[in-house]
Amino acid sequence: MQAHQRMLDPISNGLHSGESPLLRTVGLTKRYGDFLANDSIDIEIWPNEIHALLGENGAGKSTLVKAIYGLIQPSAGEIRWHGDRIVLSGPSEARSRGIGMVFQHFSLFDNLTVAENVALGLDGTESFKDMSARLEQVSKTYGLPLDPRREVWQLSVGERQRIEIVRALMQDPKFLILDEPTAVLTPQEADQLFIVLERLKAEGRAILYISHKLEEVKRLCDTATILRGGKKIQTCNPRLETAASLARMMVGGEIKEVKAAAGRQTTIPRLVVNDLSLAPDEAHGVWLEHISFELKGGEILGIAGVAGNGQDELFAALSGERLSNDPGTVVIEGIAAGHLSITRRRKLGAAFVPEERLGHGTAPRMKLSENALLTGHAASGMVHHGFIDTAATLKTVDRATETFDVRKAKRDPEAASLSGGNLQKFIVGREILRNPAVLVVSQPTWGVDAGAAAVIRQALLDLATAGAAVLVTSQDLDELAEIADRIAVMFHGRLSEPLATRDATREKLGLLMGGSSLEPKEAVHAVGA
Amino acid sequence: MQLVLEKRAERSNTIALVSPLIAIGLTIVTMTILFAILGKNPFLALQAYFVAPLIDSYSLQEIAVKATPLVMIAIGLSLCYLANAWNIGAEGQFLIGAVAGSWIAVKTQGTDAGPWVLPAMLVLAAAAGALYALIPAICKVKFGASEILTSLMLVYVADLLLDYLVRGPWRDPNGFNFPTTAEFDPVATVPLLIEGGRLHLGSIIALLVVAAAAILLGRTIKGFEIRVVGAAPRAARFGGFNANQLIILTFAVSGALAGLAGIIEVAGPVGHLQPGISPGYGFTAIIVAFLGRLNPIGILIAGLFLALTFIGGEQAQIAMKIPLDVTKVFQGILLFYVLACDSLILYRFKLVFPSRQVARGAG
Amino acid sequence: MELVEAIILSVLAASTPLLIAATGELVTERSGVLNLGVEGMMIVGAACGFGGAWLTGSIFVGALFGIVAGTLMSLMFALMALGLAVNQVATGLALTILGVGLSGLIGAGFVGERITPAAHLNIPGLTDIPLVGRVLFGEDAFIYFSIALIIGVWWFLYRTRAGLILRACGDNHISAHALGYPVLHIRTLAVMFGGACAGLAGAYLPLAYTPFFIPGMTAGRGWIALALVVFASWRPGRLVVGAYLFGAVTILQLHAQGWGVGIPSQFMSALPYLATVIVLVLLSRARTGGSTAPAALGTVFVPDR
Repeated sequence: MQAHQRMLDPISNGLHSGESPLLRTVGLTKRYGDFLANDSIDIEIWPNEIHALLGENGAGKSTLVKAIYGLIQPSAGEIRWHGDRIVLSGPSEARSRGIGMVFQHFSLFDNLTVAENVALGLDGTESFKDMSARLEQVSKTYGLPLDPRREVWQLSVGERQRIEIVRALMQDPKFLILDEPTAVLTPQEADQLFIVLERLKAEGRAILYISHKLEEVKRLCDTATILRGGKKIQTCNPRLETAASLARMMVGGEIKEVKAAAGRQTTIPRLVVNDLSLAPDEAHGVWLEHISFELKGGEILGIAGVAGNGQDELFAALSGERLSNDPGTVVIEGIAAGHLSITRRRKLGAAFVPEERLGHGTAPRMKLSENALLTGHAASGMVHHGFIDTAATLKTVDRATETFDVRKAKRDPEAASLSGGNLQKFIVGREILRNPAVLVVSQPTWGVDAGAAAVIRQALLDLATAGAAVLVTSQDLDELAEIADRIAVMFHGRLSEPLATRDATREKLGLLMGGSSLEPKEAVHAVGA
Repeated sequence: MQLVLEKRAERSNTIALVSPLIAIGLTIVTMTILFAILGKNPFLALQAYFVAPLIDSYSLQEIAVKATPLVMIAIGLSLCYLANAWNIGAEGQFLIGAVAGSWIAVKTQGTDAGPWVLPAMLVLAAAAGALYALIPAICKVKFGASEILTSLMLVYVADLLLDYLVRGPWRDPNGFNFPTTAEFDPVATVPLLIEGGRLHLGSIIALLVVAAAAILLGRTIKGFEIRVVGAAPRAARFGGFNANQLIILTFAVSGALAGLAGIIEVAGPVGHLQPGISPGYGFTAIIVAFLGRLNPIGILIAGLFLALTFIGGEQAQIAMKIPLDVTKVFQGILLFYVLACDSLILYRFKLVFPSRQVARGAG
Repeated sequence: MELVEAIILSVLAASTPLLIAATGELVTERSGVLNLGVEGMMIVGAACGFGGAWLTGSIFVGALFGIVAGTLMSLMFALMALGLAVNQVATGLALTILGVGLSGLIGAGFVGERITPAAHLNIPGLTDIPLVGRVLFGEDAFIYFSIALIIGVWWFLYRTRAGLILRACGDNHISAHALGYPVLHIRTLAVMFGGACAGLAGAYLPLAYTPFFIPGMTAGRGWIALALVVFASWRPGRLVVGAYLFGAVTILQLHAQGWGVGIPSQFMSALPYLATVIVLVLLSRARTGGSTAPAALGTVFVPDR
């Protein structure tokens, strides 16, 4: 079929002569309605090998691994295991054959204990007691400490990932799939993970490693397969490629460089936070403790940190979704605003872009014009005497579409029908078009394609150049290095002193993200801990 | 073979319009089978239900009279449901409105009180209904108690209160010990629109309520607020809308409308306060709200349709000895089908055969 | 003494339908499904249960009829809320509205009929022990069964792998699905269990509590059972306490009416409903901060295929 019409890539680059691959997909295709998520993909996985799966968001990586793990059924094509065609009825069959998976969004249960979580990932043939003993043993062997009695919600993101990995290892998998495992780790935690992965490889296991961090892939992986638009583009040895050449294959062209205007001037302080402390309002939330910083016009401040260290709570406190009893804790444009609602803060000239596009930044099943009204009703002349000016809301949609190249099927579709990148461009555009004095944006390019990411980062830089104060929270250190002037780190609800971006090395940021201090004497302690 | 749902990229507007009709069609098919099981001629039964009430003017007026409380209550409920606040105690708010309004009627009975009596009854009934609805709303907002359960519990309480009043302090001394108040004075009665007919002023009020709701939801920022709080609560909070205030507001409005409907029913078609003034209007209005797709115009049509089933049910009972409970079954089945068909707006249904990936679209 | 014994006996009898229905709903909700149709399933269970017993003369057959009727009703709910991803609150309401109508239709044939109610245990010697004899050894089979049921549910939820999987579905259906558990099938079974319990609880009323059927005889007990699950923080142990407390309130008001306390009977009858509201408020208030509800409760799940 299609697979045979396509020229087979020279995967067997001499390394694997004589053996057969552990797993192979032949013409694997997955169709959702008219959309081809995977278009006739051939991939070979060999033992003793770490195989990278590269591609942009929406390239089809997750679909491919879900099919290999038995979570979805392919529409066409086949999966071969040790050379034999298999049809997986579900993940438990995949597991019993020796395929393990560590999900990007962990498949854990917050209100169950670590041991119960592990038990749920196994087939239940051994007693709970034997399982617990084995859990302890595996976690010791691989240096992945876990307390089996704790409930998951109490654990850090790094610890949660440990549960996933230990759970997968307890089945002694021959083939382990990891979906973006380092996205949520500090650089130091990532290094620890790589040691474990190298060891698994040395034990003769195969690993499929999904990532878009190219330096990491070059360092760790023996083979890389690049997907784009649901199709396989190439299989290559990443060590022989440059990060730029890998990126070109992923994107299918050159990526637009983001340029900061030279000689950006900082002006007056536009967003000042004074000793902000706030109790969480959700069951498993984080306390904000004594957060202070000052952000001037023309400046971009980056906030780094592992997810779940209070970034969401800080966003809520800055935006006014959560109010503080002390007005002076948040000062916007010189006005004490800690007690003011989000609408009042918008009227002061602030704008906000939350991390979640669907359900927080927009109402998914409402039209873009209604979503323009969502944040625009406060200060954009869309409402007169309580009545909505529909023409004005549509005009905002048109302007955002034009200025930020939002691609959509019709003039005013529902928010949920846009791709991640286009919706994010609309949301950022919606706020920037209001000419804010202060923009607080959380994870601006999370899960968007490289083209849209470039547009958004450029827009943030341009906004700062025009004199606005911009606060960017991101887990992507490369992104912060690219656009921020200073970078501070959040850990356990506290914010570090900002570092000038040129001084903020990965090592320094990594230590701060892991909760260590940069003071020399304390740093010694931290290493021991 | 397995039924699989596939999310649509956008909600289907065609199906949004057609789905209530499909639901009614499926309900009629089901009812045909039920009539056959009951040993009644399905054709004649359906005719008694849906055709007979439409061909004489008395029944037509009676449909409008029955639709009046249904539409008024359902409009209020639709505001709640759009805002994701689950008021299911409209029946209780209806009864409390009836009781509160009747208080004035009872106290002014036989006096020479002037034409202020009826307006005062209406205002007091609406206020009482709103206050009664505020109990679950405040319990929800202040303490997080499920408004579904509290609003429903208060239905039983309201029912018992009414029962106590008409058997005790308010009982008509000349009423042969029946649990009822005396007939209201003319100044305490909702005027008829046609002399000697059944249609009364309440129907005009219901139409005004429909128009107001249509403007509120379609044109105003408040209406947008209600819709967005229900559709995406977190986005609504980000938009600066306060969900708790809206729970209070929508409960108060729906309570007021239910209370108003209650006094209009008592001071209109019934003429006095007694137990059983409602054949479950507060619950049937839930069906009306969903059948009307939470849209004011849709609710008006749905209210007339459900009223038709009440009248048709009575006629079928008289003509064919079909039990009145059949009407309730009919309404329950209708709500099931309405909800099922609504699912088609968001999803495509597909039948999947596990052996080979043969898929057949439906909708 | 006799009065105390009589009160305890009547409290147990009044509590049992609440306990059985709430136990079923607890399992349903632990799997992540909120079925508000308990009242509807109970009243149909009552009508069918009475019908079964009246036709065959067997209480056991009546109970089976009730269970089957409740299960069938719950299957309708499962088809809608799980199969078609319809809002669970709305579907539950629909189930109750339909149930009230259906029970009237089914029960119309035997309103006014009487049956011999369920027999009570009688072990000579033991049952005659003063005070505790009849309480411990003189109950009807339903009461013993309800206690076995709640113990069995506790054991299932916390001591079996299947129970762990069920709780996992209620905590996070996306994770459960990703690990390969058939979330919708598991939930369907949990909903059916809830329906069977509600049907049995409904059947208890005309089979043991009062030996005849009247329309609407559940009188909101299904809703109170729902409130009990909240009261119990979704834990079986506290459910027992809650059910007996509510049973006690019901009996208290009946006795108070009997003693001729100078309060109108309607106010006393309103007591269980008002107590439900007050308890919901107090409990929800005490619980601010930590949430004990299953995290996925009431949310729609459509697996991606």
